[in-house]
Amino acid sequence: MKHIRVTIVILVTCLFIILIVLSGTVCRHLRERRHQHLNRDSNHQANSTAHKKTFPVLSFNYEHVRTPFEISLWILLALFMKLGFHIIPTVSHIVPESCLLIFVGLLVGGIIKATGEQPPILDSNLFFLYLLPPIILDAGYFLPMRPFTENIGTILMFAMVGTLWNVFFIGGMMYAVCQIDAAKLAHVDLLSCLLFGSIISAVDPVSVLAVFEEIHINELLHILVFGESLLNDAVTVVLYHLFKEFAHEQAITVTGAVLGVISFFVVSLGGVMVGVIYGIVGAFTSRFTSYSRVIEPLFVFLYSYMAYLSAEIFHLSGIMSLIACGVIMRPYVEANISHKSYTTVKYFLKMWSSVSDTLIFIFLGVSTVAGPHTWNWIFVIFTVIFCLVSRVLGVIGLTAFMNKFRIVKLTKKDQFIIAYGGLRGAIAFSLGFLLNNNEIKNLFLTAIITVIFFTVFVQGMTIRPLVELLAVKKKKESKESINEEIHTQFLDHLLTGIEDICGHYGHHHWKDKLNRFNKTYVKRWLIAGERSTEPQLISFYNKMELKQAMMMVESGSAAKLPTIVSTVSIRNVQAKGSPKPSRAISKSREEEIRRVLRANLQNTRQRLRSYSRYELLNDALEDDISEARFRKQKEMERRMSHYLTVPANRQETPPVRKVFFQQEHKVYTYDDSESPRGRASPSCADDVSELKETPEKPDQSSTPRANRDAELKPKEQDDQGDQLKVSRCLSDPGPNPEDDEDSTFLP
Amino acid sequence: MQCISFEQIGVLHKRFKQLSHNEETLRRDHFNEIDDLAFNPIRAQIIEAFFDRRNFHQNGEGKVQEIGFEEFVVVMSHFRPPSAHMTEEQRGKTRREKLRFLFNMHDTDNDGIITLEEYRHVVEELLSRSGTLEKETAKCIADAAMLEVASISVGHMEPDEFYEGITFEHFLKLLERFEIESRMIIRFLNMDTTTLCK
Repeated sequence: MKHIRVTIVILVTCLFIILIVLSGTVCRHLRERRHQHLNRDSNHQANSTAHKKTFPVLSFNYEHVRTPFEISLWILLALFMKLGFHIIPTVSHIVPESCLLIFVGLLVGGIIKATGEQPPILDSNLFFLYLLPPIILDAGYFLPMRPFTENIGTILMFAMVGTLWNVFFIGGMMYAVCQIDAAKLAHVDLLSCLLFGSIISAVDPVSVLAVFEEIHINELLHILVFGESLLNDAVTVVLYHLFKEFAHEQAITVTGAVLGVISFFVVSLGGVMVGVIYGIVGAFTSRFTSYSRVIEPLFVFLYSYMAYLSAEIFHLSGIMSLIACGVIMRPYVEANISHKSYTTVKYFLKMWSSVSDTLIFIFLGVSTVAGPHTWNWIFVIFTVIFCLVSRVLGVIGLTAFMNKFRIVKLTKKDQFIIAYGGLRGAIAFSLGFLLNNNEIKNLFLTAIITVIFFTVFVQGMTIRPLVELLAVKKKKESKESINEEIHTQFLDHLLTGIEDICGHYGHHHWKDKLNRFNKTYVKRWLIAGERSTEPQLISFYNKMELKQAMMMVESGSAAKLPTIVSTVSIRNVQAKGSPKPSRAISKSREEEIRRVLRANLQNTRQRLRSYSRYELLNDALEDDISEARFRKQKEMERRMSHYLTVPANRQETPPVRKVFFQQEHKVYTYDDSESPRGRASPSCADDVSELKETPEKPDQSSTPRANRDAELKPKEQDDQGDQLKVSRCLSDPGPNPEDDEDSTFLP
Repeated sequence: MQCISFEQIGVLHKRFKQLSHNEETLRRDHFNEIDDLAFNPIRAQIIEAFFDRRNFHQNGEGKVQEIGFEEFVVVMSHFRPPSAHMTEEQRGKTRREKLRFLFNMHDTDNDGIITLEEYRHVVEELLSRSGTLEKETAKCIADAAMLEVASISVGHMEPDEFYEGITFEHFLKLLERFEIESRMIIRFLNMDTTTLCK
């Protein structure tokens, strides 16, 4: 079985490589033939007069689809590579994906070169405008805010001061190396070395993501290295442009240096501001997108992309702009868009960033084969050594400084991982590629490629066993716990209160002020409808409920048991004196549902017990006598309700939301008041039509409300409340309740 | 064993004098005068915590009406950050102490158990300043939370059994991964100078 898989993967790879090569050669031949044809035609024109061509039944015209065709071929190759590495598990355990992709790129590049074609090089334009933004947006949009803001001081330190140290150390040391006679590098001056230093010293987010994602390291280290790789873009941009500008002047003046410092602030803060502006505009737009939900995800992508491009226009830091836009936009957009749009955004971002990531590494490999190289042993080896040394020294020095201010100190193990995780990647290569063409450029490019290869291959491959060896804390699987969320909020308020009592305006105080400002002013503007006043605890709880409901549906269809089968039910927790969960649901309806569930879902009883917050899923072993008695009682009520008007009817028998499983495995909830078809349908239809108008975020599952509604005394029912609750029920305007009633449950 | 430095005691003493208007003891109305606390949804519980004998480390119980400087410092010492060189045992002790403080805040009737009613009250207070007081939602959340505690602490229960409430041991287990020793701190008390152990 495994052999078949491996063979298939290899065959498909070869197919694609052949296709790519073919497309190149065919193109060349076509061009030649057309050239010949044209020549022949012009000769013929002179001779023949009215020679008509026969109608071509099947013709071959490759030219006009060439570009998109080749692009698609490359992307398909990348995707097949990704698929292949996951099908063959043994390799992916030892070697990280990025290494394999570079290797494949080398292979493809070699083959293309062997056929005489010029393999494509990773064009800097292509990289910076098309390949990099999706990855950064994906990272920025899903950036975990809490650890990021808690460690922002350390991250900024590493990003700014650390990168500066790296640049000057590497630049200076390389200049010293160039002075050695044996290297024959005397023509490389100080400024060029500093320029080289600025290119090579930045930690690359693409590589860090690619490698760190696979080792599942604990959150703190991940956010430190990753945050650093994102925020050092500002420093890199400024220094790169600074040294490039001054490279031909052979000297940096004092004004130049001062301007450089000013430029740094302008670049970073300006980039952030551009991102914030686009983020706010995007959040505001999402407030109105309920009128056309299908295009919602596009707004998110386009606003972020525009933020990136706008920042690039002014040579501001595009990466910081993109991150700022994503971070600002996210809480408000998520409150406004529908659940499906949220899923779309998530999956598209992951998809694009995945493809980009793969393509970047493959092209790195291809470019290595393609580019002109100037190999200078001393230069290259010393570059690698100094990169490592400067990184280690920088990390140790900065940690010693930061640990004075940190509450959770960074241990030696942490420092080692941070230093070791300083990977270089495609950004360095692209920046090097943008240099002016001269002999130094090839020298630099070769060194850059070597460093990238070294970090990705050697460091990337060894970091996993090292993490195991040093027993570094791994990422704890986050099981969302309502208790932890309650206590997080409680602790926030408690610490703010204690700070106020101390009279000390610490960062809890300011964070609390910011939250209050956010709630009173910003949220009202940027979030549509009622969601703007919803406290975080409630939205967290609703999200959790929805997730569990969906999990239950999925596990039902896959007939799998949930991981925690606890027999604790809500009844065990309710106080003895409190009213027992009343069986206000129609018994016949309940029996029907239970029958279906029992027939279709395995081990219903066990699962029902663990999720017995859904009141309808009562224990099947309950007393039959009381059941029959209750059924009779309900029958009486129903008969009486026929004589009452609709509003009173609603009050008599509080409507209960139920979960039942449709054929398409969707979870529908709807209002099922006691008198089923006749009376309920118009009211339900009303509610459904009302839903179509209200721009509610349908994320909230109303199933817990079902239970609580069952408990509530009828007099507490509010028509208004009902309307609202139903409008929050359906995830998207679902089918008519009439259809629901007619269709069967899961067969 | 709580260690607080001289400087910190000095700063706290100044603040104590400021709050109590140079009197010897603090009373509840002194706390009520603090303006910034007005926005805090759980201010009542925070103030109560200062007057709760269980937090004075003298194995007492019940409430007092006024506190002296010593009690003030003892309560504040619960928010001391962990020192850099702590053994596992010391870290565990600190955790227990801080979680005990939280537990006492929830357990208002001093019976050593957080019942469903008390937990509901906690959640209601947390949501009380949100603008829209949804009592049902607060109840839902508290119920779900209790369910979770029961599932974690007592895995298997018969339908007739009744889960009394969260004991301190269950509370510890619940917030095992919460890393409270590094979260429940006030930086104000984070000064690495020579310490005096009480």
